[in-house]
Amino acid sequence: MLLSYLKIAWKVLLRRKFFTFISLFGISFTLMVLLVVYSLFDHFLGPHYPETRNNRMLYANFLNMRFKSGGNQNSPPSYYLLNRFVRTLKEPELISISSQFAPASAYISGKKLKLDLKYTDAPFWQLLEFNFLEGKPYTEPDVRSAAHVAVINEATARQYFGLSRGVVGKTIELDQTRYRVTGVVADVPGMRINTYADVWVPISLSTEDLQRTEFTGNHVALLLAKSPADVEQMEAEFDRMVRAIPNPDPKNIEQINFHADRMLASIVRPLTGTYNTSKGLTMFYSAISLLTLLFMLLPALNLVNVNVSRIMERSSEIGVRKAFGATSGALVRQFLVENIFLTLVGAVVGLALAWGSLQLLSNSSLVPYAQFGLNWRIFGWGLFISLGFGLLSGVYPAYKMSRLQAVQALRSANSSK
Amino acid sequence: MENILTQTTARPQATAPAPVTSAQPVIQLREIEKIYQTKTIETVALNRVNLTINKGEFVSIMGPSGCGKSTLLSIMGLLDEPSGGVIELDGRPVQAYSDRELAALRNQKIGFVFQSYHLINDLSVLDNVELPLLYRPGVGGKQRRERAYAALDKVGLSARTGHFPSQLSGGQRQRVAIARALAGRPEIILADEPTGNLDSVMGEEIMELLLNLNRQEGTTIVMVTHDEQQARRTQRLIRFFDGSQVS
Repeated sequence: MLLSYLKIAWKVLLRRKFFTFISLFGISFTLMVLLVVYSLFDHFLGPHYPETRNNRMLYANFLNMRFKSGGNQNSPPSYYLLNRFVRTLKEPELISISSQFAPASAYISGKKLKLDLKYTDAPFWQLLEFNFLEGKPYTEPDVRSAAHVAVINEATARQYFGLSRGVVGKTIELDQTRYRVTGVVADVPGMRINTYADVWVPISLSTEDLQRTEFTGNHVALLLAKSPADVEQMEAEFDRMVRAIPNPDPKNIEQINFHADRMLASIVRPLTGTYNTSKGLTMFYSAISLLTLLFMLLPALNLVNVNVSRIMERSSEIGVRKAFGATSGALVRQFLVENIFLTLVGAVVGLALAWGSLQLLSNSSLVPYAQFGLNWRIFGWGLFISLGFGLLSGVYPAYKMSRLQAVQALRSANSSK
Repeated sequence: MENILTQTTARPQATAPAPVTSAQPVIQLREIEKIYQTKTIETVALNRVNLTINKGEFVSIMGPSGCGKSTLLSIMGLLDEPSGGVIELDGRPVQAYSDRELAALRNQKIGFVFQSYHLINDLSVLDNVELPLLYRPGVGGKQRRERAYAALDKVGLSARTGHFPSQLSGGQRQRVAIARALAGRPEIILADEPTGNLDSVMGEEIMELLLNLNRQEGTTIVMVTHDEQQARRTQRLIRFFDGSQVS
């Protein structure tokens, strides 16, 4: 039965090539855009280098303070807040505190090289899975002693030293400070905002006053749970810890909202302003789903239109199938299979177009060291979206087709001959 | 495989062939009415038609265009609902049947042959003939193929299985349509002007095929035709005028 449906679907595709082209163009272009967006999303949030274990990770990178006067202050947390309170947590297997990346300059033969610098502690290198091309990370004693050491990425090694290997032990000078290179790692894409940098140096070298007891600052804590199942417990412990933090200014500060979130939630929370609830993700998913649906609706409506007119061409077939025993349900199934087949063909084209677009984006240097690509997750999403699209654009024409009376269908086929 | 075409033993006669009928009714129509109603006009297509078709009969229906012959055939074939009256198939009234039950009944009991063949141009001859079996539960792919080959063999088209309808002559297309009607091994074949689009030679060929089918297989056939000569070769001729049976 399925084979017969697919045969028909293929023939219908070939029958009116212009209609087919319009349908396929609509489907593949829509899917291309959605897949590119999803790929960016995946690249940003998925378990990619060096945050390959982000199903076990929480990020504490956003602090909201609500003032009695009615105002709010949003900021990354300070080193003090993270070191004094977050470090005391027992649930995480590892806790790392690092600064947000900041620009730094190096000069080679009088030419300025703009780099991004990040201050980190030693657990940073254990918690994340960096790919060391050579050398090794700096250690806890290095951090404690504020040793002038650095890990650099491959691009910096190439730009600064003209080599991507053999630079361990050499010195790199950034903002008039010299660091000895201990290791070279593969480039980290710029979309990994919590871990990305060109150069990483011990946090003890930070130019900021780390002893400053204010809560706002420019740091981030990464927390690694012992297993994915332990993340919730870790989050709960974090929330308990926050409730126990004494209010530094009870006269003015009404509430401190500080959470350790999974990657997506950590980005969505400040965007949606859901400082002390977990509704932000729901809002975000609803908005994304609505936007996706709206984006698919236009080509889907176009496809509905094309499909309905194609059905009219096939009234003889519908009449014959009904005459020989097809139920309305069987016809709906047939048409849905055909439509899903069409959308899957469109999906293959869309996937190829998305791959091409992502290659262009990767090579455009729009995002530093980005390597946008397709993977099984994206392919799975593509398939899911295509099936959704196929159903969305197929249900109404299929219903209309199935409602045709056999005798009417045969009559209209006769009259159109 | 027995080929109905090559089994013909004599030239067609002007008189009806010896029937293989029994008095067992397979289709009974009682007081069947079909009225098409618009806002301004009411058209009576069938006016209280009473008709019994017995098992193994070959009945032809004649009448001028628009007299209700095809509507009657559609109602007999459960493709259309009457406005009033009772239809019985094998003694069972079918009015209360659901869409699914009617579809199953059509699939198992009735085969259709249409004037304009209504073959699916995108499917091969074999796939077209397999069609009724696609909707029959319990018939697998292999069995479908075998039955379709057998049906095509019966109509002398076993060498054309891979062809597409557009590659066949009108007569061949109608033979494919008959094979399709036969593939499901129905008790009844309803043929709506099966020779109407064919020249006399091809029309004769199709008529022979139907006659042999009736004689050899005992298939009940109801045929709408405009051809008096062909109608006279069937066992019973029913004449229609203005939605009523006149003889």
